[in-house]
Amino acid sequence: MMILSGDPPRSRVLTLVLVLIILALAATPFLFPGAKALNVAAKICVFAALVASYDLLLGYTGSVSFAHTMFYGIGSYAIAIALYGMGPNWAAVATGIVVGLPLAALLALAIGLFSLRVAAIFFAMITLAVASAFQVLASQLSWLTGGEDGRSFQLPELLRPGTVLISKSLFGFEVNGRILTFYLVFAVSALMILALLRVVNSPFGRVLQAIRENRFRAEALGFRTVFHLTYANCLAALVAAGAGILNALWLRYAGPDTSLSFSIMLDILLMVVIGGMGTIYGAIIGASIFILAQNYLQSLMGVASTAASEAGLPLLPGLLHPDRWLLWLGLLFIASVYFFPTGVVGRLRNPAGDKNGGSSH
Amino acid sequence: MTELAANDPLPKPKRDIAPILLPIALALLMIPLIGSTSSWLTLTAASLAMGMMIFIMASGLTLVFGLMDVLNFGHGAFIAVGAYVATLVLAPFAASIQADSLWMNLAVLAPAALLSMAVSGALGLVVERVLILPVYGQHLKQILMTTGGLIVAEQTLYALWGPQIIPMPLPTSLRGSFILGDVAIAKYRVLAMLIGLAIFIAIQLVLNRSKLGLLIRAGVENREMVEALGYRIRRLFLGVFMTGSALAGLGGVMWALYREQVHASMSDDLTVLIFIVVIIGGLGSIGGCFIGAILVAMVANYGGFLVPKLALVSNILLMVAILMWRPRGLYAVTSR
Repeated sequence: MMILSGDPPRSRVLTLVLVLIILALAATPFLFPGAKALNVAAKICVFAALVASYDLLLGYTGSVSFAHTMFYGIGSYAIAIALYGMGPNWAAVATGIVVGLPLAALLALAIGLFSLRVAAIFFAMITLAVASAFQVLASQLSWLTGGEDGRSFQLPELLRPGTVLISKSLFGFEVNGRILTFYLVFAVSALMILALLRVVNSPFGRVLQAIRENRFRAEALGFRTVFHLTYANCLAALVAAGAGILNALWLRYAGPDTSLSFSIMLDILLMVVIGGMGTIYGAIIGASIFILAQNYLQSLMGVASTAASEAGLPLLPGLLHPDRWLLWLGLLFIASVYFFPTGVVGRLRNPAGDKNGGSSH
Repeated sequence: MTELAANDPLPKPKRDIAPILLPIALALLMIPLIGSTSSWLTLTAASLAMGMMIFIMASGLTLVFGLMDVLNFGHGAFIAVGAYVATLVLAPFAASIQADSLWMNLAVLAPAALLSMAVSGALGLVVERVLILPVYGQHLKQILMTTGGLIVAEQTLYALWGPQIIPMPLPTSLRGSFILGDVAIAKYRVLAMLIGLAIFIAIQLVLNRSKLGLLIRAGVENREMVEALGYRIRRLFLGVFMTGSALAGLGGVMWALYREQVHASMSDDLTVLIFIVVIIGGLGSIGGCFIGAILVAMVANYGGFLVPKLALVSNILLMVAILMWRPRGLYAVTSR
């Protein structure tokens, strides 16, 4: 229990699901052959950490930030620019980390001090504006960021797919640099999620929840709420930048579409709400559901769409078109905010659907 | 404090004119910086036209927030819906749009705009009932619900019209410019200015001269009190919400004609712009929203002319500057 910071899943089904997801992710290189499965698994790992860090903000402090992809993008771009400019070596990786993480934290500090003093709505709008400005900036400073094309780069020797660590003859599986990178992503994501679990279960995390429930009362108890909120904002930004670094390392690329676009922000929102706000575990569930849907629901919808158009139904083929998967997840999102605001995790922990059992308001 | 005799009129509240002077001062300051008077006039006209369009789109958002403390993150969806609905009318009557007659053009444009307003207003009714009513009073859920609504609306637009950009050509008679000496002012911008101004005056008249407006203003100040006096503020709110949505739809049509294209992603870009305007103006204030819209448009136009590189972040800088001066926006609405 030490490793979970005394906050176990508290539901047998949830534990089972989580263990299954984690085992499946850990064993993906050996269980599911092919590049697509490995890509999906790596994306789930990265997004689980990213969504968990967003949960620290949304679920634990109750403040809606639309700038989370900005920090994610800062991490991605920092590592990409460093590796692109300095060549594929470990010094470049270190530079990217040393520059990217503090930059994200500093920006989060500035935004926090500027806008967390006031109501949640104000914070949401300011972050939206800042994030969109940052996005435009990143695509315009093309000498640095590569503009709309982004930056592709080479990884250090050890992490390249060509590097064979354990040859196929030994166990029947080839362990190469790509798989090593996957485990790096997996391990760092897991560490970040465990660290977040530690944060939310610390006295500091308690204060955050107190602020979420009643900011005025928390202030009356003597807590400097702006300090706590800004601190949480910085922590979330750090983890988001960390996830961005992992994402760039995995893709060997950083560009506006993969690390900065507003649609990623919406994806994060969907994942955290569907998974369950204020639980951290919800991030793992939400990311798994969403990314599996993103990658496999589309082909299912393609089948349904062709079936509908062959049956001559109006409108349905368009609505079921594979590119419209987000429509259905959006509906699921609205339904989950309305009917089960505690998400999948909340439902599993409290199957009776006790309205007072949820912790989010 | 001076004593008031029984028959004296109530003392008028002090008029705060500093924000009104701000855009005027900004415009005057730009004359020497830009150099030529003709380009200054053209830029100023462009700013005013753009500002009016942004104002039309943002006015509903700020009123809805002021009246009911509801911030609709999906407001941009109404803009996109309005623009798409207008294509339904404009596409079949492309011939009349091409015709070089102002009346034939307007005979198509006006119904298109009215239909857009009707559809986005009706959509506003649905959104208010389905998305906002259940989470009334809970900010976090409001943001989430309306963001979800934005996703669904955008995807539905893609599903119905396809993901491609739809061209929306300006009617022939609205193309080109009025030439006064060496100053060129695009005709469409003049029309946009006139419509925007008319709507601003109409809103001001309704708010300040009618009983309905009195109730709305009272509701902004103190909702419970209006309710206690026996008025159904929920119905009032629904009306304001629908009007705001319809105006957003109209703004969408005008913006699409201005850009001469329609795309569902326009809602994302404009949402950000509108939020900046609403924040600058002070949440809930129509006058502030009007000035904020003009300021944002001015900074965009002048900035784009003087330092094109800065145009990207100019809105943010403007917002920061205004908030340093008045942390709650130009005209802070008292109760919040």
